[in-house]
Amino acid sequence: MTGRLKTFTLGGIHPEENKLSAHVPIEVLPVPKQAVIPMGQNLGAPSKPVVGRGDQVKVGQLIAEASGFISANIHSPVSGKVLKIDNILDASGYKRQGIVINVEGDEWEESIDRSDNIVEEITLDAKEIIDRVKQMGLVGMGGATFPTNVKLMPPPGKVAEYLLINGVECEPYLTSDHRLMLEKGKEILIGTKILMKALNVKTAIVGIENNKPDAINHMTELAKGFEGIEVQPLKVQYPQGGEKQLIKAVLNREVPSGKLPIEVGCVVQNVGTAYAVYEAVQKNKPLIERVVTVTGKGVRKPSNFLARIGTPIKDLVDAAEGLPESTGKIINGGPMMGKALTSLEVPVVKGSSGILLMQENESRRKPESSCIRCSKCTYVCPMGLEPFLLARVSRVGNYEMAEREMIMDCIECGSCQYTCPASIPLLDYLRLGKTMVGAIIRNRKKN
Amino acid sequence: MISAVILYFIASKFKVYEDPRIDEVEEALPSANCGGCGYPGCRAFAEAAVKEAKENKSIESLFCPVGGNDVMKTVGSILGLEVKEQEPMIAVIRCNGSHTNSPSKVQYEGATSCAFAHALYGGEGGCQYGCLGLGDCVDACDFDAIHMNPETGLPVVNNKCTACGACVEACPRDIIELRKRGPKERRIFVSCVNKEKGGPAKKNCAVACIGCGQCEKVCKFDAITITSFLAYIDFQKCTLCRKCVEVCPTDAIWEVNFKPRKPKEPKPEASADKETKQVAEVTEKTAVVKDKEQQKEKKEEPKENKE
Repeated sequence: MTGRLKTFTLGGIHPEENKLSAHVPIEVLPVPKQAVIPMGQNLGAPSKPVVGRGDQVKVGQLIAEASGFISANIHSPVSGKVLKIDNILDASGYKRQGIVINVEGDEWEESIDRSDNIVEEITLDAKEIIDRVKQMGLVGMGGATFPTNVKLMPPPGKVAEYLLINGVECEPYLTSDHRLMLEKGKEILIGTKILMKALNVKTAIVGIENNKPDAINHMTELAKGFEGIEVQPLKVQYPQGGEKQLIKAVLNREVPSGKLPIEVGCVVQNVGTAYAVYEAVQKNKPLIERVVTVTGKGVRKPSNFLARIGTPIKDLVDAAEGLPESTGKIINGGPMMGKALTSLEVPVVKGSSGILLMQENESRRKPESSCIRCSKCTYVCPMGLEPFLLARVSRVGNYEMAEREMIMDCIECGSCQYTCPASIPLLDYLRLGKTMVGAIIRNRKKN
Repeated sequence: MISAVILYFIASKFKVYEDPRIDEVEEALPSANCGGCGYPGCRAFAEAAVKEAKENKSIESLFCPVGGNDVMKTVGSILGLEVKEQEPMIAVIRCNGSHTNSPSKVQYEGATSCAFAHALYGGEGGCQYGCLGLGDCVDACDFDAIHMNPETGLPVVNNKCTACGACVEACPRDIIELRKRGPKERRIFVSCVNKEKGGPAKKNCAVACIGCGQCEKVCKFDAITITSFLAYIDFQKCTLCRKCVEVCPTDAIWEVNFKPRKPKEPKPEASADKETKQVAEVTEKTAVVKDKEQQKEKKEEPKENKE
């Protein structure tokens, strides 16, 4: 690791890292008494339940199927009886359709290989792999929850050259990907190989930020045994885990505005996704559990849990020795992009990478004051936008101008709001503007 | 000089004939340019009115909600047409989830915009249909007719309302509805838009419509319909008999500007009245108990704030 480390060039910040749980091994969380599985766990259309009330289900049984091209199957993470299909509160803050299962025992589908031995040989061909990934309901584990199989099928005329494995984990506090790389490194690399086969690419690069030297060393060591996989240490900078930023950092290629990474011959997958691909293809195991970090300065035992999907967040917090008195905010995800929760009953979903319990004193927003035109937000914006302007036009409802000023390129990383000395809720207004402009664009396409 | 001549000829050659009545109609309009009529400003409305009058010999499809019947009459006389009188309308807030009825479980911190908060979460009180109280409707009103009541956290419409519909558009939760002003400003409406089942709805708000159907049964005029656990009173059919207000167990149906009710004399009816009152009392009590429980919970689980 000599010389200057690679990173993206435009903007970026370096918040306090606070990786409190980096040295805590992944702990398997007991199966919950009741699992609540929301139907809208992925980007795109919510899934459709295929079980009814009173049905007996096993672990790994299909309980909801994809209802469109961009949608994913959901499998039962527990065994037991379906109590009801009702509207339940999920991380969105709204009640949406979900399946509630009363857990009885822990009976798995026979087809799932639950042994610990690592299967290296990839027997399936590219098409079979993509089918399997689709069938097993895999979505991007980094948080955006984009169905993985869709990413593996480049649109006609586009060819993938590189597969980038995202082990950056640039969000402060979160350590689930870090621990996964340390403990399941080999599986991740086999998963990468499978993805390479599916995409027919020769080179895969695992990008890891330099604040995880143990993971870099471990993965570099392991990668020697795999042809075509390299590990690329990266300079610590937020938001390097963003697809576009990672591509810029590793390959110095820039994804054009409004386009997908495949435009520059890249496909980006999270390390968690690579691991899930390994399990789905080699072990026939659907996406029913994931690593979730429970952390925060007040948390007695910051931990990384392997939790079943549908486990109430309350169980995770209890396992980390309870909710500290000083908690002011409970955030689903990291401090930069995560969303505060309104209830502890919200279940773990495919996209939950962490639960952050923020203390009262650090969770309060400062009172907003006037913009002093310091241009710090413009300086840190990794997409080269002008957040102060976009926030302003969104605030007054000038969505045409917001669209002209490329509001849709915003990746909602929150760097602008983090850096704003006037504490203006820039990201709030940007998100509002994005939603509105998005709706306008969709309407335009329809007409 | 030469260019002046050229300009004169060009101007006379390409002169656009405009019906002088357009100006007259525009003069008669309130010049609020609110867009409540569905046209982008009063001028566009005037043009449309003249065009309609020419083509269809009627301007019934047009109505200026701000000017009301008087202005429409003037417009009609300019165009030489009869204008049917229309009922004056007013915006009503169909939510009563005040701080007392729907106590806050979480605290919102962020941009002061209902549209943004709506995209983020259900609401401080937990009702995902109710008013967010951040005042998008107040910002939208051009007539100073809607204000937030800081005590309840809900908007209040005053008599300046012209029913232009700007607040209806602005509300991300479709809480505001344009309804008939009614005789002597008397109105009855369901002050709730919660489509959840009774239990969960009541849990979040003491005055939620639980869809019990009692009002539907008691209404003799088929004015009340219940769809997805929510009653709706059709203001065209409603005769303001107030029977539904009496039977509503959660006080979700509101009467506005009625005189206080006289105590009823005949015995059987009085007893029935008592019963409903008792029911109301009981529900109030349970609401209080629930409040306490919630407060307890609150102490155990510190505030979970919204970003």
